[in-house]
Amino acid sequence: MSTVRIPPTLRTATGGAKQVEVPGGTVREVVRGLVAAYPALEAQLLAPDGDLNRFVNAFLNDTDVRHLQSLDTPVGEGDTLVLLPAMAGG
Amino acid sequence: MTTEILTSSPGSSSSTTRPGARITGMRCRNCGRAEAISLAYVCPACFGPLEVAYDYAVIGQTLTRAAISARAPGIWRYAELLPVETPPTRSLPVGSTPLLTADRLAPTLGIERLWIKDDTRNPSLSFKDRAVAVAAARAVEFGVTALACASTGNLAGATAAAAAAAGLPAYVFIPADLEPAKVDHALAYGATVVPIDGTYDDVNRLCLEVADETGWGFVNINLRPFYAEGSKTLAYEIAESLGWRSPDVVVAPVASGAMFTRVARGFEELAELGLIEARPIRFVGGQAAGCAPVATAFERGTDVIEPVREPDTIVRSLAIGNPADGRYAVELAVASGGSIEAIDDLVTAAAIRDVARLEGIYPETAGGVTLAAVAAARRRGTIRDGDEVVALLTGNGLKTPDARTLGHGDGIARPGEPGLAPVLRPNLSAFERWLGGDVA
Repeated sequence: MSTVRIPPTLRTATGGAKQVEVPGGTVREVVRGLVAAYPALEAQLLAPDGDLNRFVNAFLNDTDVRHLQSLDTPVGEGDTLVLLPAMAGG
Repeated sequence: MTTEILTSSPGSSSSTTRPGARITGMRCRNCGRAEAISLAYVCPACFGPLEVAYDYAVIGQTLTRAAISARAPGIWRYAELLPVETPPTRSLPVGSTPLLTADRLAPTLGIERLWIKDDTRNPSLSFKDRAVAVAAARAVEFGVTALACASTGNLAGATAAAAAAAGLPAYVFIPADLEPAKVDHALAYGATVVPIDGTYDDVNRLCLEVADETGWGFVNINLRPFYAEGSKTLAYEIAESLGWRSPDVVVAPVASGAMFTRVARGFEELAELGLIEARPIRFVGGQAAGCAPVATAFERGTDVIEPVREPDTIVRSLAIGNPADGRYAVELAVASGGSIEAIDDLVTAAAIRDVARLEGIYPETAGGVTLAAVAAARRRGTIRDGDEVVALLTGNGLKTPDARTLGHGDGIARPGEPGLAPVLRPNLSAFERWLGGDVA
Protein backbone atom coordinates (compact mmCIF):
# COMPACT_ATOMS: atom_id res chain seq x y z
CA MET A 1 0.00 0.00 0.00
CA SER A 2 1.16 3.54 -0.71
CA THR A 3 -0.19 6.78 0.66
CA VAL A 4 -1.78 9.31 -1.68
CA ARG A 5 -2.13 12.86 -0.39
CA ILE A 6 -5.23 14.62 -1.71
CA PRO A 7 -5.26 18.41 -2.35
CA PRO A 8 -8.28 20.39 -1.09
CA THR A 9 -9.72 20.79 -4.59
CA LEU A 10 -10.16 17.01 -4.80
CA ARG A 11 -11.29 16.30 -1.25
CA THR A 12 -14.98 16.60 -2.08
CA ALA A 13 -14.54 13.49 -4.17
CA THR A 14 -12.79 11.63 -1.35
CA GLY A 15 -15.34 12.47 1.32
CA GLY A 16 -12.98 15.02 2.83
CA ALA A 17 -10.07 12.61 3.26
CA LYS A 18 -6.66 14.33 3.15
CA GLN A 19 -4.83 11.12 2.39
CA VAL A 20 -5.82 7.61 1.44
CA GLU A 21 -4.07 4.25 1.22
CA VAL A 22 -4.05 2.81 -2.31
CA PRO A 23 -2.56 -0.43 -3.67
CA GLY A 24 -0.52 -0.52 -6.87
CA GLY A 25 2.98 -1.30 -8.15
CA THR A 26 3.37 1.77 -10.38
CA VAL A 27 2.16 5.37 -10.34
CA ARG A 28 -0.29 4.43 -13.08
CA GLU A 29 -1.73 1.60 -11.01
CA VAL A 30 -1.99 3.75 -7.91
CA VAL A 31 -3.79 6.53 -9.80
CA ARG A 32 -6.16 4.02 -11.38
CA GLY A 33 -6.74 2.45 -7.98
CA LEU A 34 -7.53 5.87 -6.57
CA VAL A 35 -10.02 6.58 -9.34
CA ALA A 36 -11.59 3.15 -8.88
CA ALA A 37 -12.13 3.90 -5.20
CA TYR A 38 -13.35 7.46 -5.84
CA PRO A 39 -14.87 7.58 -9.36
CA ALA A 40 -15.66 11.29 -9.09
CA LEU A 41 -11.91 11.95 -9.38
CA GLU A 42 -11.66 10.61 -12.91
CA ALA A 43 -12.69 13.78 -14.73
CA GLN A 44 -10.23 15.85 -12.71
CA LEU A 45 -7.26 13.51 -12.77
CA LEU A 46 -7.31 11.65 -16.05
CA ALA A 47 -7.09 12.75 -19.67
CA PRO A 48 -9.18 10.91 -22.28
CA ASP A 49 -6.15 8.75 -23.15
CA GLY A 50 -5.90 7.55 -19.56
CA ASP A 51 -2.79 9.55 -18.75
CA LEU A 52 -2.73 12.25 -16.10
CA ASN A 53 -4.57 15.44 -16.99
CA ARG A 54 -2.00 18.06 -18.12
CA PHE A 55 -2.88 20.27 -15.17
CA VAL A 56 -2.03 17.59 -12.61
CA ASN A 57 1.50 17.04 -11.37
CA ALA A 58 2.35 13.86 -9.48
CA PHE A 59 5.24 13.67 -7.01
CA LEU A 60 6.50 10.36 -5.65
CA ASN A 61 8.34 10.89 -2.38
CA ASP A 62 8.70 14.58 -3.33
CA THR A 63 10.12 13.95 -6.83
CA ASP A 64 8.14 14.91 -9.95
CA VAL A 65 7.37 11.59 -11.64
CA ARG A 66 8.30 13.17 -14.99
CA HIS A 67 11.88 13.13 -13.69
CA LEU A 68 11.49 9.41 -12.96
CA GLN A 69 9.60 7.05 -15.27
CA SER A 70 6.37 9.07 -15.38
CA LEU A 71 3.34 6.86 -14.90
CA ASP A 72 5.48 3.72 -15.15
CA THR A 73 7.53 4.72 -12.08
CA PRO A 74 7.57 1.82 -9.58
CA VAL A 75 5.82 2.47 -6.28
CA GLY A 76 6.96 0.64 -3.16
CA GLU A 77 5.37 -0.13 0.16
CA GLY A 78 5.18 3.02 2.26
CA ASP A 79 5.84 5.42 -0.62
CA THR A 80 3.89 8.68 -0.74
CA LEU A 81 2.30 10.04 -3.90
CA VAL A 82 1.22 13.69 -3.89
CA LEU A 83 -1.12 15.08 -6.54
CA LEU A 84 -0.93 18.83 -7.02
CA PRO A 85 -2.22 21.40 -9.49
CA ALA A 86 0.32 22.41 -12.13
CA MET A 87 -0.33 26.14 -12.21
CA ALA A 88 1.46 27.81 -9.34
CA GLY A 89 4.70 29.69 -8.99
CA GLY A 90 6.55 32.36 -10.89
CA MET B 1 -6.73 59.85 -7.14
CA THR B 2 -8.69 56.83 -8.18
CA THR B 3 -11.23 56.31 -5.45
CA GLU B 4 -14.20 57.59 -7.44
CA ILE B 5 -13.99 55.13 -10.27
CA LEU B 6 -14.94 51.76 -8.90
CA THR B 7 -18.42 50.45 -9.32
CA SER B 8 -18.44 47.11 -7.51
CA SER B 9 -19.48 46.51 -3.93
CA PRO B 10 -16.73 45.50 -1.49
CA GLY B 11 -16.16 41.98 -0.23
CA SER B 12 -16.06 38.68 -2.00
CA SER B 13 -18.92 37.35 -4.04
CA SER B 14 -21.07 34.51 -2.82
CA SER B 15 -22.54 33.86 -6.26
CA THR B 16 -20.63 32.52 -9.26
CA THR B 17 -21.08 35.54 -11.51
CA ARG B 18 -22.07 39.14 -10.88
CA PRO B 19 -23.98 40.68 -13.79
CA GLY B 20 -23.38 44.41 -14.12
CA ALA B 21 -20.22 44.35 -12.04
CA ARG B 22 -16.77 45.34 -13.27
CA ILE B 23 -15.32 42.07 -11.96
CA THR B 24 -17.79 39.35 -12.88
CA GLY B 25 -16.07 36.43 -11.16
CA MET B 26 -13.46 33.86 -12.08
CA ARG B 27 -13.24 31.60 -15.10
CA CYS B 28 -11.22 28.48 -15.86
CA ARG B 29 -8.72 29.18 -18.63
CA ASN B 30 -8.98 25.56 -19.74
CA CYS B 31 -12.68 24.67 -19.69
CA GLY B 32 -14.33 28.07 -19.23
CA ARG B 33 -16.23 27.09 -16.07
CA ALA B 34 -17.35 30.11 -14.02
CA GLU B 35 -16.45 30.34 -10.34
CA ALA B 36 -17.03 32.92 -7.63
CA ILE B 37 -14.16 35.17 -6.53
CA SER B 38 -12.30 33.43 -3.72
CA LEU B 39 -8.86 32.15 -2.71
CA ALA B 40 -9.45 29.16 -5.01
CA TYR B 41 -7.02 29.05 -7.89
CA VAL B 42 -7.81 25.69 -9.45
CA CYS B 43 -10.88 24.72 -11.44
CA PRO B 44 -12.81 22.10 -9.46
CA ALA B 45 -13.96 20.47 -12.69
CA CYS B 46 -10.74 20.05 -14.69
CA PHE B 47 -7.87 21.29 -12.43
CA GLY B 48 -7.14 24.10 -14.92
CA PRO B 49 -6.03 27.59 -13.82
CA LEU B 50 -8.67 30.07 -12.70
CA GLU B 51 -8.49 33.64 -14.00
CA VAL B 52 -10.36 36.82 -13.16
CA ALA B 53 -13.20 37.73 -15.53
CA TYR B 54 -14.21 41.32 -16.28
CA ASP B 55 -17.09 43.09 -18.00
CA TYR B 56 -15.32 45.46 -20.38
CA ALA B 57 -18.52 47.30 -21.20
CA VAL B 58 -18.74 48.31 -17.55
CA ILE B 59 -15.05 49.21 -17.44
CA GLY B 60 -15.32 51.31 -20.57
CA GLN B 61 -17.88 53.55 -18.92
CA THR B 62 -15.22 55.12 -16.72
CA LEU B 63 -11.81 54.16 -18.10
CA THR B 64 -10.88 56.74 -20.72
CA ARG B 65 -7.58 58.30 -21.73
CA ALA B 66 -8.66 61.55 -20.11
CA ALA B 67 -9.67 59.86 -16.88
CA ILE B 68 -6.37 58.02 -16.68
CA SER B 69 -4.28 61.10 -17.38
CA ALA B 70 -6.01 62.95 -14.55
CA ARG B 71 -5.06 60.31 -11.99
CA ALA B 72 -1.99 60.00 -9.79
CA PRO B 73 1.03 58.02 -11.05
CA GLY B 74 1.20 54.30 -10.29
CA ILE B 75 -0.59 51.11 -11.19
CA TRP B 76 -3.88 52.15 -9.59
CA ARG B 77 -4.44 54.72 -12.33
CA TYR B 78 -5.70 51.69 -14.29
CA ALA B 79 -7.73 50.38 -11.33
CA GLU B 80 -10.77 49.30 -13.34
CA LEU B 81 -8.59 46.69 -15.07
CA LEU B 82 -7.21 45.28 -11.83
CA PRO B 83 -8.96 42.58 -9.77
CA VAL B 84 -9.49 44.40 -6.49
CA GLU B 85 -12.68 46.03 -5.30
CA THR B 86 -10.97 49.24 -4.22
CA PRO B 87 -7.36 50.41 -4.41
CA PRO B 88 -5.62 49.81 -1.08
CA THR B 89 -5.34 52.59 1.45
CA ARG B 90 -1.87 51.36 2.52
CA SER B 91 0.50 50.30 -0.26
CA LEU B 92 3.82 51.10 -1.89
CA PRO B 93 4.14 53.53 -4.84
CA VAL B 94 4.40 50.91 -7.58
CA GLY B 95 4.56 51.49 -11.32
CA SER B 96 4.67 54.51 -13.66
CA THR B 97 8.27 53.59 -14.36
CA PRO B 98 9.91 55.35 -17.32
CA LEU B 99 10.03 54.18 -20.91
CA LEU B 100 13.48 55.28 -22.06
CA THR B 101 15.02 55.54 -25.49
CA ALA B 102 18.15 53.41 -25.86
CA ASP B 103 19.79 54.89 -28.92
CA ARG B 104 23.33 53.95 -27.93
CA LEU B 105 22.51 50.34 -27.11
CA ALA B 106 20.16 49.70 -30.05
CA PRO B 107 22.83 49.43 -32.80
CA THR B 108 24.87 46.99 -30.70
CA LEU B 109 21.82 44.71 -30.74
CA GLY B 110 21.36 45.13 -34.48
CA ILE B 111 18.20 47.21 -34.33
CA GLU B 112 17.22 50.79 -35.02
CA ARG B 113 14.51 51.73 -32.52
CA LEU B 114 14.72 50.45 -28.95
CA TRP B 115 12.83 51.49 -25.86
CA ILE B 116 13.66 50.21 -22.41
CA LYS B 117 10.85 49.85 -19.87
CA ASP B 118 12.93 50.50 -16.78
CA ASP B 119 11.20 48.47 -14.08
CA THR B 120 14.38 48.34 -12.02
CA ARG B 121 12.96 51.41 -10.27
CA ASN B 122 9.99 49.94 -8.44
CA PRO B 123 9.96 50.09 -4.61
CA SER B 124 11.70 46.75 -4.11
CA LEU B 125 13.62 47.14 -7.36
CA SER B 126 11.73 44.71 -9.59
CA PHE B 127 8.51 44.35 -11.59
CA LYS B 128 7.26 41.89 -8.99
CA ASP B 129 6.03 44.87 -7.00
CA ARG B 130 3.25 45.22 -9.59
CA ALA B 131 1.94 41.70 -9.16
CA VAL B 132 2.39 41.68 -5.41
CA ALA B 133 0.63 45.02 -4.97
CA VAL B 134 -2.49 43.53 -6.53
CA ALA B 135 -2.18 40.24 -4.64
CA ALA B 136 -1.63 42.04 -1.33
CA ALA B 137 -4.63 44.28 -1.87
CA ARG B 138 -6.77 41.21 -2.52
CA ALA B 139 -5.25 39.44 0.46
CA VAL B 140 -6.37 42.28 2.70
CA GLU B 141 -9.86 42.12 1.18
CA PHE B 142 -9.94 38.36 1.87
CA GLY B 143 -8.70 38.93 5.42
CA VAL B 144 -5.75 36.52 5.28
CA THR B 145 -3.52 36.36 8.33
CA ALA B 146 -0.17 36.38 6.50
CA LEU B 147 1.33 37.10 3.10
CA ALA B 148 3.68 34.46 1.69
CA CYS B 149 5.43 33.38 -1.48
CA ALA B 150 7.69 30.83 -3.13
CA SER B 151 10.43 32.91 -4.67
CA THR B 152 13.39 32.85 -7.01
CA GLY B 153 14.46 36.09 -5.38
CA ASN B 154 12.75 39.17 -6.72
CA LEU B 155 9.41 38.06 -5.39
CA ALA B 156 10.92 37.60 -1.93
CA GLY B 157 11.73 41.28 -1.62
CA ALA B 158 8.48 42.38 -3.22
CA THR B 159 6.34 40.22 -0.93
CA ALA B 160 8.25 41.23 2.17
CA ALA B 161 7.99 44.93 1.31
CA ALA B 162 4.30 44.78 0.43
CA ALA B 163 3.51 42.88 3.61
CA ALA B 164 5.33 45.51 5.62
CA ALA B 165 3.31 48.25 3.93
CA ALA B 166 0.04 46.39 4.47
CA GLY B 167 0.82 45.50 8.08
CA LEU B 168 0.85 41.73 7.52
CA PRO B 169 3.47 39.19 8.56
CA ALA B 170 5.43 37.74 5.63
CA TYR B 171 6.69 34.21 5.10
CA VAL B 172 9.13 33.92 2.22
CA PHE B 173 10.20 30.48 1.00
CA ILE B 174 13.37 30.39 -1.12
CA PRO B 175 15.93 27.92 -2.46
CA ALA B 176 18.65 27.83 0.21
CA ASP B 177 21.37 28.78 -2.31
CA LEU B 178 19.71 31.99 -3.49
CA GLU B 179 21.85 35.10 -4.05
CA PRO B 180 22.67 36.65 -0.63
CA ALA B 181 21.63 40.14 -1.76
CA LYS B 182 18.09 38.92 -2.39
CA VAL B 183 17.89 37.11 0.95
CA ASP B 184 19.12 40.19 2.81
CA HIS B 185 16.63 42.32 0.95
CA ALA B 186 13.67 40.26 2.16
CA LEU B 187 15.07 40.08 5.69
CA ALA B 188 15.42 43.85 5.78
CA TYR B 189 11.64 44.25 5.47
CA GLY B 190 11.07 42.02 8.48
CA ALA B 191 10.01 38.88 6.66
CA THR B 192 10.43 35.38 8.03
CA VAL B 193 12.64 33.79 5.38
CA VAL B 194 12.46 29.99 5.09
CA PRO B 195 15.35 28.49 3.06
CA ILE B 196 14.57 25.13 1.50
CA ASP B 197 17.21 22.58 0.53
CA GLY B 198 16.16 22.22 -3.10
CA THR B 199 15.41 23.96 -6.37
CA TYR B 200 12.74 26.59 -6.91
CA ASP B 201 10.42 23.87 -8.13
CA ASP B 202 10.93 21.98 -4.86
CA VAL B 203 10.10 25.17 -2.97
CA ASN B 204 7.03 25.69 -5.09
CA ARG B 205 5.77 22.14 -4.57
CA LEU B 206 6.17 22.49 -0.83
CA CYS B 207 4.39 25.83 -0.81
CA LEU B 208 1.42 24.40 -2.69
CA GLU B 209 0.86 22.11 0.26
CA VAL B 210 1.67 24.77 2.85
CA ALA B 211 -0.84 27.13 1.25
CA ASP B 212 -3.54 24.50 1.44
CA GLU B 213 -2.86 23.69 5.07
CA THR B 214 -2.23 27.16 6.52
CA GLY B 215 -4.63 29.35 4.61
CA TRP B 216 -1.91 31.98 4.27
CA GLY B 217 -2.13 34.19 1.22
CA PHE B 218 0.61 32.91 -1.06
CA VAL B 219 0.84 35.60 -3.70
CA ASN B 220 1.88 33.21 -6.47
CA ILE B 221 -0.26 30.24 -5.42
CA ASN B 222 -3.72 30.81 -3.97
CA LEU B 223 -3.60 34.52 -4.85
CA ARG B 224 -2.12 33.81 -8.27
CA PRO B 225 -5.25 34.69 -10.31
CA PHE B 226 -5.01 38.22 -8.86
CA TYR B 227 -1.21 38.42 -8.67
CA ALA B 228 -0.76 37.61 -12.36
CA GLU B 229 -3.08 40.48 -13.32
CA GLY B 230 -0.66 43.04 -11.89
CA SER B 231 1.78 42.48 -14.72
CA LYS B 232 -0.78 43.81 -17.21
CA THR B 233 0.09 47.29 -15.97
CA LEU B 234 3.40 47.04 -17.85
CA ALA B 235 1.40 47.05 -21.09
CA TYR B 236 -0.85 49.89 -19.97
CA GLU B 237 2.14 52.05 -19.08
CA ILE B 238 4.03 51.28 -22.28
CA ALA B 239 0.99 52.19 -24.37
CA GLU B 240 0.39 55.39 -22.42
CA SER B 241 4.08 56.38 -22.62
CA LEU B 242 4.03 55.86 -26.40
CA GLY B 243 1.03 58.19 -26.72
CA TRP B 244 -1.61 55.45 -26.59
CA ARG B 245 -0.28 53.04 -29.16
CA SER B 246 1.55 49.72 -29.16
CA PRO B 247 5.08 48.90 -30.41
CA ASP B 248 5.93 46.35 -33.09
CA VAL B 249 7.77 43.99 -30.76
CA VAL B 250 7.81 43.43 -27.00
CA VAL B 251 10.74 41.49 -25.51
CA ALA B 252 10.45 40.14 -21.97
CA PRO B 253 12.04 37.51 -19.75
CA VAL B 254 10.18 34.23 -19.27
CA ALA B 255 10.27 32.32 -15.98
CA SER B 256 6.79 30.97 -15.22
CA GLY B 257 5.46 32.79 -18.30
CA ALA B 258 2.83 34.66 -16.25
CA MET B 259 4.19 38.15 -16.88
CA PHE B 260 4.93 37.47 -20.57
CA THR B 261 1.36 36.37 -21.26
CA ARG B 262 -0.28 39.03 -19.11
CA VAL B 263 1.56 41.84 -20.89
CA ALA B 264 -0.01 40.58 -24.10
CA ARG B 265 -3.39 40.45 -22.36
CA GLY B 266 -2.91 44.04 -21.25
CA PHE B 267 -2.46 45.29 -24.80
CA GLU B 268 -5.49 43.25 -25.91
CA GLU B 269 -7.61 44.83 -23.20
CA LEU B 270 -6.58 48.35 -24.23
CA ALA B 271 -7.53 47.56 -27.83
CA GLU B 272 -10.86 46.10 -26.73
CA LEU B 273 -11.59 49.28 -24.80
CA GLY B 274 -10.62 51.45 -27.77
CA LEU B 275 -7.76 53.06 -25.85
CA ILE B 276 -5.25 51.95 -28.51
CA GLU B 277 -5.61 50.84 -32.10
CA ALA B 278 -5.66 47.04 -32.44
CA ARG B 279 -2.53 46.07 -34.35
CA PRO B 280 -0.25 43.04 -34.27
CA ILE B 281 2.53 42.87 -31.69
CA ARG B 282 5.22 40.19 -31.84
CA PHE B 283 6.17 38.83 -28.41
CA VAL B 284 9.72 37.63 -27.85
CA GLY B 285 10.68 35.83 -24.65
CA GLY B 286 14.11 35.26 -23.18
CA GLN B 287 15.23 32.35 -21.04
CA ALA B 288 18.60 31.30 -19.65
CA ALA B 289 20.06 28.44 -21.67
CA GLY B 290 20.71 26.58 -18.41
CA CYS B 291 16.99 26.50 -17.65
CA ALA B 292 15.04 26.92 -20.87
CA PRO B 293 12.02 24.61 -20.88
CA VAL B 294 9.87 27.14 -22.74
CA ALA B 295 12.52 27.99 -25.34
CA THR B 296 13.12 24.29 -25.89
CA ALA B 297 9.42 23.63 -26.47
CA PHE B 298 9.31 26.58 -28.89
CA GLU B 299 12.25 25.22 -30.88
CA ARG B 300 10.67 21.76 -30.99
CA GLY B 301 7.38 23.16 -32.24
CA THR B 302 5.35 21.85 -29.32
CA ASP B 303 3.48 23.35 -26.40
CA VAL B 304 4.31 20.39 -24.17
CA ILE B 305 6.81 21.64 -21.61
CA GLU B 306 9.49 19.16 -20.53
CA PRO B 307 10.47 20.23 -17.01
CA VAL B 308 14.13 20.94 -16.21
CA ARG B 309 15.10 19.07 -13.07
CA GLU B 310 18.31 20.88 -12.17
CA PRO B 311 18.63 24.41 -13.55
CA ASP B 312 22.24 25.43 -14.19
CA THR B 313 22.45 29.19 -14.67
CA ILE B 314 23.43 32.41 -12.94
CA VAL B 315 20.00 33.73 -13.90
CA ARG B 316 18.29 32.59 -10.73
CA SER B 317 15.25 34.82 -11.24
CA LEU B 318 14.34 32.78 -14.33
CA ALA B 319 15.34 29.37 -12.97
CA ILE B 320 11.92 27.76 -12.95
CA GLY B 321 12.20 24.27 -14.35
CA ASN B 322 8.48 23.59 -14.40
CA PRO B 323 6.88 26.84 -15.58
CA ALA B 324 3.17 27.13 -14.83
CA ASP B 325 2.33 29.26 -17.88
CA GLY B 326 4.99 27.78 -20.15
CA ARG B 327 2.45 26.32 -22.53
CA TYR B 328 0.67 29.66 -22.85
CA ALA B 329 3.99 31.48 -23.38
CA VAL B 330 4.82 29.20 -26.31
CA GLU B 331 1.35 29.69 -27.76
CA LEU B 332 1.73 33.47 -27.52
CA ALA B 333 5.14 33.50 -29.17
CA VAL B 334 3.95 31.29 -32.02
CA ALA B 335 0.61 33.02 -32.55
CA SER B 336 2.14 36.51 -32.55
CA GLY B 337 5.03 35.69 -34.87
CA GLY B 338 7.51 36.07 -32.03
CA SER B 339 10.02 33.65 -30.56
CA ILE B 340 11.50 32.34 -27.33
CA GLU B 341 15.28 32.69 -27.16
CA ALA B 342 17.72 30.75 -24.95
CA ILE B 343 20.71 32.83 -23.83
CA ASP B 344 24.06 31.61 -22.48
CA ASP B 345 25.16 33.09 -19.16
CA LEU B 346 28.30 34.71 -20.60
CA VAL B 347 26.16 36.53 -23.15
CA THR B 348 23.78 37.61 -20.40
CA ALA B 349 26.64 39.04 -18.33
CA ALA B 350 28.00 40.95 -21.32
CA ALA B 351 24.54 42.37 -22.04
CA ILE B 352 24.27 43.64 -18.46
CA ARG B 353 27.60 45.43 -18.84
CA ASP B 354 26.61 46.88 -22.20
CA VAL B 355 23.30 48.41 -21.13
CA ALA B 356 24.84 49.79 -17.95
CA ARG B 357 27.80 51.27 -19.85
CA LEU B 358 25.83 52.64 -22.78
CA GLU B 359 22.52 53.69 -21.23
CA GLY B 360 23.12 54.12 -17.51
CA ILE B 361 20.65 51.40 -16.57
CA TYR B 362 21.81 48.47 -14.42
CA PRO B 363 19.56 45.41 -14.66
CA GLU B 364 19.79 42.09 -12.88
CA THR B 365 20.39 38.90 -14.81
CA ALA B 366 16.91 38.63 -16.31
CA GLY B 367 17.47 42.02 -17.92
CA GLY B 368 20.67 40.75 -19.49
CA VAL B 369 18.74 37.79 -20.87
CA THR B 370 16.09 40.11 -22.27
CA LEU B 371 18.54 42.35 -24.10
CA ALA B 372 20.45 39.37 -25.45
CA ALA B 373 17.09 38.00 -26.61
CA VAL B 374 16.57 41.20 -28.61
CA ALA B 375 19.78 40.51 -30.51
CA ALA B 376 18.92 36.82 -30.92
CA ALA B 377 15.44 37.60 -32.23
CA ARG B 378 16.95 40.09 -34.66
CA ARG B 379 19.33 37.42 -35.97
CA ARG B 380 16.44 34.98 -36.25
CA GLY B 381 14.38 37.52 -38.20
CA THR B 382 11.61 37.86 -35.62
CA ILE B 383 12.63 41.51 -35.33
CA ARG B 384 12.70 43.18 -38.74
CA ASP B 385 14.15 46.32 -40.30
CA GLY B 386 12.71 49.45 -38.75
CA ASP B 387 10.77 47.71 -36.00
CA GLU B 388 10.01 49.63 -32.84
CA VAL B 389 11.06 47.34 -29.99
CA VAL B 390 10.29 47.61 -26.28
CA ALA B 391 12.50 45.57 -23.92
CA LEU B 392 11.36 45.01 -20.34
CA LEU B 393 14.16 45.29 -17.78
CA THR B 394 12.42 43.81 -14.80
CA GLY B 395 14.91 43.89 -11.93
CA ASN B 396 17.82 45.89 -10.56
CA GLY B 397 21.43 44.78 -10.93
CA LEU B 398 22.17 45.40 -7.27
CA LYS B 399 20.33 42.13 -6.63
CA THR B 400 22.83 40.07 -8.65
CA PRO B 401 26.19 41.83 -8.26
CA ASP B 402 28.31 38.81 -9.16
CA ALA B 403 26.78 38.51 -12.62
CA ARG B 404 28.28 41.75 -13.85
CA THR B 405 31.85 40.46 -13.74
CA LEU B 406 31.23 37.01 -15.24
CA GLY B 407 33.65 36.48 -18.14
CA HIS B 408 35.15 39.93 -17.72
CA GLY B 409 38.91 39.33 -17.61
CA ASP B 410 41.04 40.13 -14.56
CA GLY B 411 38.88 43.05 -13.46
CA ILE B 412 41.90 45.42 -13.13
CA ALA B 413 41.10 48.61 -15.01
CA ARG B 414 43.64 50.37 -17.18
CA PRO B 415 43.14 54.08 -17.91
CA GLY B 416 40.14 54.55 -20.16
CA GLU B 417 38.79 51.07 -19.46
CA PRO B 418 35.67 50.32 -17.48
CA GLY B 419 36.48 48.48 -14.26
CA LEU B 420 38.12 48.79 -10.90
CA ALA B 421 41.50 50.49 -10.80
CA PRO B 422 44.13 49.16 -8.37
CA VAL B 423 44.30 50.77 -4.93
CA LEU B 424 46.57 53.81 -5.25
CA ARG B 425 48.53 55.68 -2.62
CA PRO B 426 47.00 59.10 -1.95
CA ASN B 427 49.41 61.23 -3.96
CA LEU B 428 49.43 62.68 -7.43
CA SER B 429 52.54 60.88 -8.61
CA ALA B 430 50.96 57.50 -7.87
CA PHE B 431 47.93 58.52 -9.87
CA GLU B 432 50.07 59.77 -12.75
CA ARG B 433 52.03 56.50 -12.83
CA TRP B 434 48.77 54.58 -13.14
CA LEU B 435 47.52 57.02 -15.78
CA GLY B 436 50.75 56.42 -17.67
CA GLY B 437 50.00 52.72 -17.85
CA ASP B 438 51.83 51.37 -14.81
CA VAL B 439 49.33 49.01 -13.20
CA ALA B 440 51.80 47.10 -11.04
